[in-house]
Amino acid sequence: MRTVLVIDDDQAVRRFLRTVLAGQGYAVVEAGSVAEGIDQLQRARPDAVLLDLGLPDGDGTQVLAALPPDGPRIPVIVLSARGHEGDKVIALDSGADDYLTKPFGAGELMARLRAVMRRGRSPGGATPDVLEVGAIRIDQPRHEVTVEGKLVRLTPIEFKLLVELARQPGRVLTHRQLLRDVWGGSAVEQSHTLRVHIATLRRKLERDPAQPRWLVTEAGVGYRLRDDAAG
Amino acid sequence: VSAREDDERPDPDALLAQIKAEELRGKRARLKIFFGAAPGVGKTYAMLEAARHAKEDGVDVVVAAAETHGRAETAALLEGLEVVPRRAVAYRGVQLEELDLEAVLARRPAVALVDELAHTNAPGSRHAKRWQDVLELLDAGIDVWTTLNVQHIESLGDVVQQITGVKVRETVPDVVIERADDVELVDLSPEELLDRLAEGKVYVPDQASRAAQSFFQRGNLLALRELALRRAAERVDAEVLRYRREHGIETPWPTRERILVCIGASPSSERLIRATKRMAEGLHAVWTAANVEVIGAPPLGERDRERLEAHLRLVETLGGEVVRLHGSSVAEALLAYAREHDVTTIVAGKPTHSRWRDRVRGSMLDELIRGSGAIEVHAIAPVEREAPPPAPVGRRPGADSRSYAWAAASIAVVTVACALVFPYVTLAEITMLYLIGIVLASLLGRGPSLVAASLSVAAFDFFFVPPRFTFSIADPRYFLTFGVMFACGVVISTLVVRLRHQELDAITREQRTAQLQAFTRDVAAAASVADVATVLARHLEETLDVAAAVLVPDPDDGLVAAAGLTPLAPQEIAVARWAFEHGAQAGHGTDTLAGASALCVPLIAGEAAVGVLAIQRRRGTPPRLGIDQRQLIDALARQAALALARVQLGEQAREAALRARAEELRSSLLSAVSHDLRTPLAVITGAATSLVQHGESLSAAARTELAQSIVEDARRLERVLSNLLQLTRVETGLEPATEWVPAEEVIGSALTRTEEIRRGRAVETDVPPELLLKIDPVLFEQVLINLIENATKHGAPPFAIRARRQGGAVEIEVADRGPGLPEGEPARLFDKFVRASTAPGAGLGLAVVRAIVQAHGGTVAAENRPGGGAALRVVLPTPEPPAQVSISSAGQMASSHGDSLRS
Repeated sequence: MRTVLVIDDDQAVRRFLRTVLAGQGYAVVEAGSVAEGIDQLQRARPDAVLLDLGLPDGDGTQVLAALPPDGPRIPVIVLSARGHEGDKVIALDSGADDYLTKPFGAGELMARLRAVMRRGRSPGGATPDVLEVGAIRIDQPRHEVTVEGKLVRLTPIEFKLLVELARQPGRVLTHRQLLRDVWGGSAVEQSHTLRVHIATLRRKLERDPAQPRWLVTEAGVGYRLRDDAAG
Repeated sequence: VSAREDDERPDPDALLAQIKAEELRGKRARLKIFFGAAPGVGKTYAMLEAARHAKEDGVDVVVAAAETHGRAETAALLEGLEVVPRRAVAYRGVQLEELDLEAVLARRPAVALVDELAHTNAPGSRHAKRWQDVLELLDAGIDVWTTLNVQHIESLGDVVQQITGVKVRETVPDVVIERADDVELVDLSPEELLDRLAEGKVYVPDQASRAAQSFFQRGNLLALRELALRRAAERVDAEVLRYRREHGIETPWPTRERILVCIGASPSSERLIRATKRMAEGLHAVWTAANVEVIGAPPLGERDRERLEAHLRLVETLGGEVVRLHGSSVAEALLAYAREHDVTTIVAGKPTHSRWRDRVRGSMLDELIRGSGAIEVHAIAPVEREAPPPAPVGRRPGADSRSYAWAAASIAVVTVACALVFPYVTLAEITMLYLIGIVLASLLGRGPSLVAASLSVAAFDFFFVPPRFTFSIADPRYFLTFGVMFACGVVISTLVVRLRHQELDAITREQRTAQLQAFTRDVAAAASVADVATVLARHLEETLDVAAAVLVPDPDDGLVAAAGLTPLAPQEIAVARWAFEHGAQAGHGTDTLAGASALCVPLIAGEAAVGVLAIQRRRGTPPRLGIDQRQLIDALARQAALALARVQLGEQAREAALRARAEELRSSLLSAVSHDLRTPLAVITGAATSLVQHGESLSAAARTELAQSIVEDARRLERVLSNLLQLTRVETGLEPATEWVPAEEVIGSALTRTEEIRRGRAVETDVPPELLLKIDPVLFEQVLINLIENATKHGAPPFAIRARRQGGAVEIEVADRGPGLPEGEPARLFDKFVRASTAPGAGLGLAVVRAIVQAHGGTVAAENRPGGGAALRVVLPTPEPPAQVSISSAGQMASSHGDSLRS
């Protein structure tokens, strides 16, 4: 049985999460503060963490810093309110895997949880030569990308961007992460450059770039490559 | 209605005034005057004794000023009383001691003793007169006890002069004495007083001993004592009258008498003014002093102007009203004013000139009496036969030495011309030629024309009358010729000079009228306090060649300058503050703080001052302002005050309207929020409680439906809340963090996030791929989400989003083919809590749209589309994006960063 650690100071939220997760066959461990969360992280050895950012004894990102550095990475989903995009970006840049904006539905929660756990299972570092996300197929050695079977021509940057997004399908990547991984550390402030390349990439991948199916924007946070066309 | 019946009941206005006066008496400081007939009757002694008694009773009494004049018995009374040290003032090398007003104000006793109310302060003091110090003490809430002799009462000045032959210079205005709450008569018989004088118990300054000798005559003292007793009795009469009125005892109500006195520059006017004041007091009448400017009369000389000004000031200190009238004759102007203002009595001076003048010019008094009808006319004789009025020495057009030279030259020319034609003409023609010279010279003024006439006579006699080249005359008939020539010169020049004066008069009057008209027009157009202030300052600066500033009260900072080119020094602002607080003129040329360089005129509208006008000389210290200029200042100040009051009222009304609007918004926010939050909450509570309580008895389908409604209404609640939060954040001044973002991207993310609300309904997009917006991506996404939500909620498909560049702006339109906008103003749609239809959701969405767009510097608009449906439009000012962020339409980067790819 997989274990999920819920770190949130609100009793009602914890009860709701406990009910939903137990109903889906997860074991649930709860914590109400940063200290308790770090303690449970070591004691319960959870398979995933749901982390609220505003905790009574500190910032939720402190928990991210306490994740065990060795062994398999424990995926973390941050729970946060709308309007706090800056906090989400900090959490994602500090190692969180995804975020959920409160209020969220049970279905959304389970989908995200499954996605991060699946990614967590797949071996990190080495990426397979061929990546398939939805209708997009990327052949890395041959630098070839097809969408619904049709070949599209990408510039080197676009290709690299797409690979970064496709390596972790469904996961939101922040501007900073994408800029760092594609352009290198010196370019992390150039988010307009990133926007321009995303726009041209989208034009090549999407049928209607103004209503994207795959490459979606999370306003104020980053981009996500959806792996299921339905959304 | 019989007048009698009316009289038996107290007039409500009078009652009201009496209640007010009583309230005032309850609160305001009391003035007590120890009143005597002459120096030496023991006023100071009586005052100090009363003070000792008061002190024994525990009253906080201090001596602010007491003149013991070295009398031991008086000085002894000072023992044990607290004395506020005097302020030393150096004046022309003499050390003077004056009442230290600041110190007394700071000490704040219950009662201050101030001896000799009529005393004149040393130059450099705050006030010119001690009675002004006393008024300020009273204003500060300090009771004042003071002493006064009958001869110092302003309105009795001339009577005292008649009795004693001594002109009294130190006087106290009657209004101050009327202000007194108690008047205690300190009486001593003339015999006793003379005894005291003989014993040296009466202080007489050395330099005044001669005047004093004639003053302290038994007859004089008797008369003065009678005057003092009568004056005190009059006060008692007034008290009795007041008492009777207060208690409803029938009294003959004073009729509404109104007296008009005609005054001019002549010294006898002073007596007229005082007599009128006394008459008005006896009749309980209001009185007005009129100065009539006769159209076409020569302007007054400098001395006359000053005297007239002094007379007008005297009227004001005696509590009368001043009016300036214009007319073709004095009597006519007076009568017109009198009829218009229900004047019952006109007071005029008896003529002092010879009867001949009346024969020639007509008598003013005659005309007045003839035209007066029901109005009584009193003629009052002057004190003494005054010296004939000095020949007018006023400004005369061009009467300088040059004019005299020209006059002489013209006669010389005429003489030469006569010499040339002499062989051919008779002496009669020669005189005609000289007359032409005299007429020409009369254009230069009265003096030159007289000179010309004299020269003509002389030249005619010398050069042409036989025996020629001598001044001797063969035939005495020529004397007649000389007389006629001279008379002609005088008559012609008089007429010409008068014409010139009339012309000049008309011009100045016209200018003054034009100035006033221009000012009235400008001030009427002024829309703000600053406008009014600027107009006033500018007009004064232009017309009088002075520096003017207008100060208005500021809630935080006392008086602040609203207009004016010259910044005022702190001491001038202090003078202005005094003028503002006391509602009286102060500073240069007045009796208060006369040492200041600025004249401060309070701008009084109704009861209260609304500002202060400060006027300063531009350079040096030219003579004080003339009466015309003061009048102009007064007229402008009055108008400006009214305009200021109007503007201030307008501003207050606007603020009140804004407050009311904010209040309205707050209440509509409350009602809308409570509605939009409660409705979904009600659904959620209802559905959830049914599931909890009857879950088992419900069908699976019903349970699902209930659960579904909980989900939907929870989402609805969330949208209301997030809109409210956004709105609050933007309206409380959240600055959008703008970046260059492709329009396509932000529209795309908004469409992604509205997939659920749209329930699969499609939206057409028409967005140029290279179009960039300078926006805060998170905030602007909310704009688009709300517009899409609004369209899908109130409109019908097909929905469309279009974006395009229009010059320096980008226009984004969200359109539908629904029923279109509701009737009414489309802009109202973006107001808070205005809802287009009955679809659920707070009317907040579009308010958020507008708030965010406005925070971006843009505008919103709504209109019905041709062919049906509504279009909501956002226009964002958008400069051309810099080269490194632009997107080429071919889908290739124009960015230099393309090369920095790491591999």
